[in-house]
Amino acid sequence: MNQNLPNSFRSGPDEFGHFGIFGGRFVAETLMPLILDLEKAYAEAKADPAFQKEMNGHLKDYVGRPSPLYFAERLTEHLGGAKIYFKREELNHTGSHKVNNVLGQIMLARRMGKKRIIAETGAGQHGVATATLCARFGLECVVYMGAVDVARQQPNVIRMEMLGAKVIPVQSGARTLKDAMNDALRDWVTNVHNTFYCIGTVAGPHPYPAMVRDFQSIIGNETRQQLQEAEGRLPDSLVACIGGGSNAMGLFHPFLDDPSVEIFGVEAAGHGLTQLHAASIAGGRPGVLHGNRTYLLMDEDGQITEAHSISAGLDYPGIGPEHAWLHETGRVKYLSATDDEALAAFQLLSRLEGIIPALEPAHAIAKVMELAPQRPKDHLMVVNLSGRGDKDVPQVGDILKGKKK
Amino acid sequence: MTTRIDTTFAELARQGRSAFVTFLMAGDPDAKTSLEIIKALPKAGADIIEIGMPFTDPMADGPSIQAAGLRALKGGMTLKKTLEMVRGFRKGNDATPLVLMGYYNPIYIYGVDKFLGDAKAAGVDGLIIVDLPPEEDTELCIPAMKAGLNFIRLATPTTDDKRLPAVLANTSGFVYYVSITGITGSAAADSAAVAQAVARIKRHTKLPVCVGFGIRTPEAARAIAQNANGAVVGSALVDALRSSLDSEGRATARTVAAVTDLVSSLAQGVRGARQAAE
Repeated sequence: MNQNLPNSFRSGPDEFGHFGIFGGRFVAETLMPLILDLEKAYAEAKADPAFQKEMNGHLKDYVGRPSPLYFAERLTEHLGGAKIYFKREELNHTGSHKVNNVLGQIMLARRMGKKRIIAETGAGQHGVATATLCARFGLECVVYMGAVDVARQQPNVIRMEMLGAKVIPVQSGARTLKDAMNDALRDWVTNVHNTFYCIGTVAGPHPYPAMVRDFQSIIGNETRQQLQEAEGRLPDSLVACIGGGSNAMGLFHPFLDDPSVEIFGVEAAGHGLTQLHAASIAGGRPGVLHGNRTYLLMDEDGQITEAHSISAGLDYPGIGPEHAWLHETGRVKYLSATDDEALAAFQLLSRLEGIIPALEPAHAIAKVMELAPQRPKDHLMVVNLSGRGDKDVPQVGDILKGKKK
Repeated sequence: MTTRIDTTFAELARQGRSAFVTFLMAGDPDAKTSLEIIKALPKAGADIIEIGMPFTDPMADGPSIQAAGLRALKGGMTLKKTLEMVRGFRKGNDATPLVLMGYYNPIYIYGVDKFLGDAKAAGVDGLIIVDLPPEEDTELCIPAMKAGLNFIRLATPTTDDKRLPAVLANTSGFVYYVSITGITGSAAADSAAVAQAVARIKRHTKLPVCVGFGIRTPEAARAIAQNANGAVVGSALVDALRSSLDSEGRATARTVAAVTDLVSSLAQGVRGARQAAE
């Protein structure tokens, strides 16, 4: 699979939205003209210094960027190997990295004259970020969320409603993120004339995977500069969790052409890879869903199977197409962490560093617990702490109580 | 290449009437009942039969057709069995065009070349694949044309004059005009707006134009058929089928007739359009 390594890992996608065989624009004709408009509008905005300037202003004063790069001293001591840094995306306004992308898309929607914003959400972090920026800019906001996720991420549902968004519990399929995305696409097909679909991850039809990556790349760009200031050099490794993969792509992308940097993505292994899980690369194969070709969990007939993860934000049977390509080229190594491993990491981090992480980045921390001890003390490892755990406190509290019984 | 679709439209043109196109999901609620219904459709008045290939994530479909797909999948339907059903139908009927409609992933997983070979051999005439716009023509559209199958494209209210040539370029058989921006089975189509849209498409192509989405009654079918070469009804038939099922979702003695009765009355509507037009 590695026979045709590109000169650069950062030049994709091609003009058709392809990363190798992955990506593309597999959507209904009703949406196609819109997607072409969006592509054009984004290309223009990207080249417009005024757009960048306005975005940088909001990122600084509203989102609170740059987010700190924090030396996790006690975790480093505890694990006894690599020197571990956290990129503190959980300190952003709204509590996760999601806001970086939403800000970019909402500014683009405004530029395109769209007054109604729709979004899908799993854990609710993308929904909260979207509801927040819609409130900030006075736009109508509708968020599709699987009914199962509505139940397990109540704090975020309440937040979205307080921010003025309408949250629609999705009752179809497994009633999680995949089904929320289906219903958001159905809404979009119905309301194309006035609606902007704010996709929360590096997936969907071109140009979304590239656009969301660009908006999230601020994570990696800041990390590069901050680590230069702190240590005078590049990191030796990067670790991030992956559902669709936007926080990971944001951290990884600026480093893809630095061959000395080892890169690890961590999928959700749920109950284990031989049982119910959400690890598309470890347990899936290439297929077509939600506008792109990528690794998907499916049966032998090409029917999409239900994912499972303790973390609603990782509970998706696919992955962004650029990750699929980075896997096939071998540039990024994809690992997975189980529900139990993530829960253990969640507790360890809370007690050692005084940071309650979201269950999503707890998966990344779980693999850091394996990787860091195997590396020397001068190895610099950066983990994306992509979200905070407030939303998970009730759920984890219940699980831990249940385990004691 | 001439398919049964081309032959049928030529014959309907001679008769001076429009086609009535039915849509039902393969394997809804089970393979045996589904085949029985499909076999009964031509006699009930269907000129062209569309068969849905069930998929777990039908992004352009409303609740009725979503549920039909899930019933079929629950009943064990697969793409392989859908092709078996087509073979079963062809044993007794070599004239009525059969079009498979659905989403790309099951075909991609089956294998494009193998699928096209098996579909052609089974007696399929055309394909409508919702999530393959012209931008992805190399995936299936071009290979399907080479294999002797019509690739029927959807045109929508958002397909403007600038884009229409690209949409029509590799289309054959007929053009399927989606009368609303929306999912199947939702809003009703406005026949005046549809007439304008059909006229617009016909300025760009000699192909027949069939109209679907939002047609539920014989009256609506007649109004559409006056201005288009065909009217497609799907969700209304799927709803009639569903309401005939028992509380466990199984077929009953009424199921086949529930569908064919509605097909007959809708076909009357479409056939009435000829008199109305003359």
